[in-house]
Amino acid sequence: MLKTAYRLYAWMLGFTCLVAASSALAEEAERWQFNMTPGVTPVSQNVYSLHMQMFWWCVGIGVVVFSIMFVSMFLHRKSRGAIPSNFHESTALELVWTAIPFAILILMGIPASKSLIDLYNTEKAEIDVLVTGYQWRWKYEILGEDVSFFSNLATPRDQIEGHAEKGPHYLLEVDEPLVLPVGKKIRFLVTANDVIHSWWVPAFAIKRDAIPGFINDAWTFIEQPGTYRGQCAELCGKDHGFMPIVVEAKSDAEYRAWLDDKKASAAALAELTEKTFTFDELYEQGEQLYNRSCASCHLADGTGVSGVFPALKDSPVATGAIEHHIDVVVNGVAGTAMQAFGKQLSEVDIAAIVTYERNAWGNNMGDLAQPLDIYNHKQGK
Amino acid sequence: MAHGPAKGLTRWLYTTNHKDIGSMYLWFSFAMFFVGGIFALVIRAELFQPGLQIVEPNFFNQMTTLHGLVMVFGAVMPAFVGLANWMIPLMIGAPDMALPRMNNWSFWILPFAFLMLLSTLFMTGGAPDFGWTFYAPLSTTYAPPSVLFFVFAIHIMGASSIMGAINIIATILNMRAPGMTMMKMPMFVWTWLITAFLLITVMPVLAGAVTMVLMDARFGTSFFDAAGGGDPVLFQHVFWFFGHPEVYIMILPAFGIISAIIPTFARKPLFGYSSMVYATAAIAFLSFVVWAHHMFTVGMPIAGELFFMWATLLISVPTGVKIFNWVATMFKGSMTFETPMLFAIAFVILFSIGGFSGVMLAIAPADFQYHDTYFVVAHFHYVLVPGAIFSITAAVYYWLPKWSGRMYNETMGKVHFWLAFVGLNVTFFPMHFSGLAGMPRRIPDYNMMFADWNMISSVGALLFGAAQAVFLYNVIAAILSGKKATDEVWDNPEGLEWTVPSPAPYHTFVEPPEVK
Repeated sequence: MLKTAYRLYAWMLGFTCLVAASSALAEEAERWQFNMTPGVTPVSQNVYSLHMQMFWWCVGIGVVVFSIMFVSMFLHRKSRGAIPSNFHESTALELVWTAIPFAILILMGIPASKSLIDLYNTEKAEIDVLVTGYQWRWKYEILGEDVSFFSNLATPRDQIEGHAEKGPHYLLEVDEPLVLPVGKKIRFLVTANDVIHSWWVPAFAIKRDAIPGFINDAWTFIEQPGTYRGQCAELCGKDHGFMPIVVEAKSDAEYRAWLDDKKASAAALAELTEKTFTFDELYEQGEQLYNRSCASCHLADGTGVSGVFPALKDSPVATGAIEHHIDVVVNGVAGTAMQAFGKQLSEVDIAAIVTYERNAWGNNMGDLAQPLDIYNHKQGK
Repeated sequence: MAHGPAKGLTRWLYTTNHKDIGSMYLWFSFAMFFVGGIFALVIRAELFQPGLQIVEPNFFNQMTTLHGLVMVFGAVMPAFVGLANWMIPLMIGAPDMALPRMNNWSFWILPFAFLMLLSTLFMTGGAPDFGWTFYAPLSTTYAPPSVLFFVFAIHIMGASSIMGAINIIATILNMRAPGMTMMKMPMFVWTWLITAFLLITVMPVLAGAVTMVLMDARFGTSFFDAAGGGDPVLFQHVFWFFGHPEVYIMILPAFGIISAIIPTFARKPLFGYSSMVYATAAIAFLSFVVWAHHMFTVGMPIAGELFFMWATLLISVPTGVKIFNWVATMFKGSMTFETPMLFAIAFVILFSIGGFSGVMLAIAPADFQYHDTYFVVAHFHYVLVPGAIFSITAAVYYWLPKWSGRMYNETMGKVHFWLAFVGLNVTFFPMHFSGLAGMPRRIPDYNMMFADWNMISSVGALLFGAAQAVFLYNVIAAILSGKKATDEVWDNPEGLEWTVPSPAPYHTFVEPPEVK
């Protein structure tokens, strides 16, 4: 009842605001969604029905209690000449309204306990996916398949800053989605590399905290092919709002093809490590990669954030010995937010980034790093 | 004995008078309420539309952190301590608090704690940005340098709260007028007695948590760092062992206030006094065994999930008893609807709605969808704003005539109420929807699917903020030029505070009253 009233109100108010704002917004995004998604897995549908069951219990209790209150507020007011009674105790009544809520909560708790036990049964999974949270991207590894990759936000900076029109999947799109087969029991092993994140895909009703040093598990069984989007659900620093999750559920054959594709491109990348690049190639690629992986802290113009994220423009690292510069990027700086990128980026990528950082924003060092240098550094040479 | 207050500024600096200290607490809390409100408006302004328009994500995180800290430790808790200072001695017939010098100190360290906390906004690296819950390792290894000031400020606030609590317990247990037995104490005194015990139990736990954070952040320990043998989840257990009783610290005194106001305006005694006392004690006890329901997604073993789910569901029983008792108090009364009563009724309705979403959140499997979304934000604002803020507002309107000797403007009070009531619901009700639709909390930007609800919330927030300006004006106008209040103020209210003149003289109950 209340809900309908508020929705009506929301519509009226929203409509006026909408007229003013609609030009800036894309049309395809589903709007005015007000309830939990039933999702596409047996567990998520079960969770949804629990949620609705709870909701109706609450509505029922609310209607009874508030009705008595409103009736009393209407009838027993001084302006209608009501004479106050003086009753102030009734053991029987109090026993009744202790016992009834108690019974209701048992009715609520039993189905919830059953689904919880089901939700915790991660045994007999056919596919294991290791999910690792990083500031601020996700890494996926299909265990036993030698496929491992990072998934970054794909929304361009221009859309975020309002210089370009926002797409329908604004902030919910990634460069490399996770592909999973439908009709198989999939287990997620969730952990983190730096701070606590939380891997949440509403359509699967999975939300598992990604905790550095610990591995949590969850499982799913996707029934319908489709693209399912989620977000990090635990405050993890500056770009907490900018690390979405995209899962594409496909047929088993398509999933296999995707795996092969991933393996092939990883092999191609490994080959590139031995190639020698020109300065321009490295600088150009470095600029793109820098903006994707580094600019969220050190900023696009390399000036950083005073006191938290050091500037790279004119910095002792970017204008000092190149070996040290490579070391900082590959191994990170212990005890600070500077991560070890050695395992997150390929040799080619790191070489490009180092080259870019040493020559951009007037650093003009004039030197460059080749993928092989990075490889050698990692090997301890 | 009939000497008045000292003259000049030193009156306030050196005062050991419970009324002076109570007033200072209340004004301080009022100021912090506006500071925290401004932070909230910055958040709502950024969230008015998708895209980053006004603040950087890092500053946004500082705003959510400071909004939480200032509202919890600066606005709500000092307001309740202020009310306790003013009202407990008047309600139990005591001349003052039991430990007046400590009372002075516990207030005067507070402004410095908040000066220190707010000064971090101007520091290199900015203010704390890890949320008011300061989960490690975001608040340790990854924290801005200002985390040290945050830790020290929390320590001082904790010390202040512990001293306040000790004082309240000592006053209630030792200074009741002859004949004022425990089971004759007003509900506000009872709820504060129980709250004070919660405070001295959990504030040291918070002190321990922040000290470990300090050690991890600056002295190389690894309490919460798995790489050094620690455990990030341990932090959450320690924090919420403080944090859950803390939310009851912010609501139990409110129960006391509402239990005073509803009988007055229903002209009928409080229904089920003793069950109210037992229910309060039961809620306080249960508050110690439900903390991990804030952590259903951290990967606890199934036995832990089940225990915390069932224990949390149990809380709805004593809380339900309270709601039913208030409704029964209203039933067959002879009600009038002055401003304090309006706020009290809104409290009962809206706090119940917050309670409903609380029961939903207790269901662990469903919590996997609700956790850390705007549904949770809607839930705790529905319990804290109508719960703590509305009850404090009701208390101010109810007792201001006793404190100042002057009536507030009733029309303006009603305007304040309706603006606040509409503003609150327009702000927080749509958050249920954006949360269920999948919007995580603490994000500065979002997809267009959440745009409409957020725009409505932001409009509501502005309205709610404007309502508080009316409140401030009404209070100041009443104190300066309100019409004179009678000693009883209301129609035959119950309680010793109404037996003293309005305004309450500087010293009251120098001779203990007789309680029949």
